[in-house]
Amino acid sequence: MAETITLLVTRYRPDTEAEPTIAEYEVPLRKDWAVLDGLNHVKDQLDGTLSYRWSCRMGICGSCGMTVNGEPRLSCATFLTEFAPGPVRVEPLANFPIVRDLVVDIDDFLRKLPTVKPWIVRHVDWVEDGEYLQTPDEQSAYKQYSMCINCMLCYSACPVYGVDPDFLGPAAIALAQRYNLDSRDQGAADRLDVLIHPEGVWGCTFVGECTRACPKGVDPAGAIQRYKLTAAMQSVRALVLPWSAR
Amino acid sequence: MTATRPRAYRQAVPRLWWLRRRSYLLFMLRELSCVFVAWAVLFLLLLLKAVGNGHVDYQRFLEWAAKPWVIAVNVVALAFLVFHAVTWFNLAPKAMVIRVPKQMLAVAPKAIVRRLPEGRVPGWLIVAQNYIAWVCVSAIVAGLVMWSGS
Amino acid sequence: MRRRTRPIEPFLWLLFSAGGVLAALFLPVVLLLFGVAYPLGGIGPPTYQSLHALAAHALTRVVIFSVCVLSLFHWAHRFRFTLLHGLQIGRLDRVVSMFCYDGALVGSLAALVVLMRL
Repeated sequence: MAETITLLVTRYRPDTEAEPTIAEYEVPLRKDWAVLDGLNHVKDQLDGTLSYRWSCRMGICGSCGMTVNGEPRLSCATFLTEFAPGPVRVEPLANFPIVRDLVVDIDDFLRKLPTVKPWIVRHVDWVEDGEYLQTPDEQSAYKQYSMCINCMLCYSACPVYGVDPDFLGPAAIALAQRYNLDSRDQGAADRLDVLIHPEGVWGCTFVGECTRACPKGVDPAGAIQRYKLTAAMQSVRALVLPWSAR
Repeated sequence: MTATRPRAYRQAVPRLWWLRRRSYLLFMLRELSCVFVAWAVLFLLLLLKAVGNGHVDYQRFLEWAAKPWVIAVNVVALAFLVFHAVTWFNLAPKAMVIRVPKQMLAVAPKAIVRRLPEGRVPGWLIVAQNYIAWVCVSAIVAGLVMWSGS
Repeated sequence: MRRRTRPIEPFLWLLFSAGGVLAALFLPVVLLLFGVAYPLGGIGPPTYQSLHALAAHALTRVVIFSVCVLSLFHWAHRFRFTLLHGLQIGRLDRVVSMFCYDGALVGSLAALVVLMRL
C-alpha cells in the first residue's frame, strides 16, 4: 500500500473568487482513515483555511455529507483505501449552493422540514392516562423511516430536486411518513396538503437514487411510493364517498 | 436562500444531467420505454384496423409488418417493453407494504414467521407473483391467438 | 412554495400505474407475436377468420380497449415528466401536459373507433 494519497478538494472563497477552484493535498494513506481524517489532516497540518462540516465522525450526526468521486457520501464513513491509489475528488454536496469550500447552504431543507410537521400531532390528549403505549409491532411500522439523520445525501442524489428546487424532497417526505405511520400520531390529515402538492409526492418519478445514497437504510423512495398510493386511494375515496370525513 | 448568503455559489445542473451517471442513464431509458409502450398500442391498433377492414387489408398489414425496418423497430420496442415490465415488477412491491395480521402470525409455522421481515409479506414474494401473472397472461394471449378457431 | 393543489394529479398517477401494469402484462406478448415472430416467418400467422373472430368477441374488445387506453395514459404521464425533468423545461408544464394527456385522449378515441369497426 502506498504511503500517501492525493485529495482534490474544492475550494471556494467568496471574498476573493467568483468560482470554485480545486486544490491538491497529499495526505497519509492509512488503512483506518476515512476521507474525514484526510480532511482533518489537511486542516491541521497543510492548510488551516479549509472549511468543512463534521461532528460525530461515526455516521450519526449527518453533518459531514460531501460528494466523493462523484457520489454523495458521508466523509466519516468513506474510507481512503476504497479509492487507492487515488486521487480522490472531494467536492461539496451537489444540488446545494456552496457557502465556502465544502460547506453548503441547507436552509432550503430546514425551511421545508417543519412544513411536514415532523412531530407527534395529537388532536385529543389524555395526559392523565399516562404515556402513549406502543407495541413492538406498531413501532416496526415506522421504525425504518425514523433512522433518518438529515444528512441530505438523498437530496444530493435526487435529480428531480436538482432540476426543480421547489420539490419537497426525499427526507422530508420520509419523515412525514415516519409520523403518519406512528400509531401515537393523529396528524395524517394535517400533513396532507403539503404532501399532495404538485411539488410534494407527485413530483417524484421514483428514480430511486435517494434510497441508494442513504447511509442509514431509510429507503425514502419506498416511503414516497407508499404515500402516493395512500394519497391516491384517499382521493378516490373522497370522490366516490364525498361525505366521509378525511 | 441566497438572501442571507449573497455570494453562495449555485452549482449548475448540466442540461443533460442523466448522461452523467450510469444509474441516471438507466433511469432515463426506463422512462423512455413509455414511448415504445405507445408504439405498441399504435401497432396493435393498426393491426386491428386492418382486421376490421377485411382479409385483404390484413394480408397487407402482415406484409408491412414483415418489412425489415418495421421488424427492427419492433425488436427494439420489444426489448424496451421487457425492460419496462422487469423494472415495473421489481419496483411494484415498494408501494405496497402488506403486513401479515397478528392472528396469522400466531398460527403460522415458526420457520416461516422467522423469515418475514418485521411481519410483512416479503418483497420477493410480491415480485414473484407479478412474474407468474406475466407468464400466465402471456400464455393465455398467445394460446388464444395461435389456437383459437384452428 | 406555492400552495395551490392540483386535484387531478393523484388520478393521473393512478391511470399511469394501472397502465404500467397492463402494458407490462399484455403488450410484450402481442409485440412478440405480431411484431417479431410472425413477420420473421418462423410461425404462420393466424388466419383472418380466426383472428377476426377472436378480436371481435365482446370480452376481447373490452380487454383490448382497457389495455390501450391505460397504456396510452401511462405513456402520457411518464413522457410528460421525462420531458419536464429530462430537458429541464418545468415551466412549460401546462403545454407539455396538454400535449401528453390530450394525445392519450385522441389515441383512446381512435382505439374506440377501431374496436367498434371490427
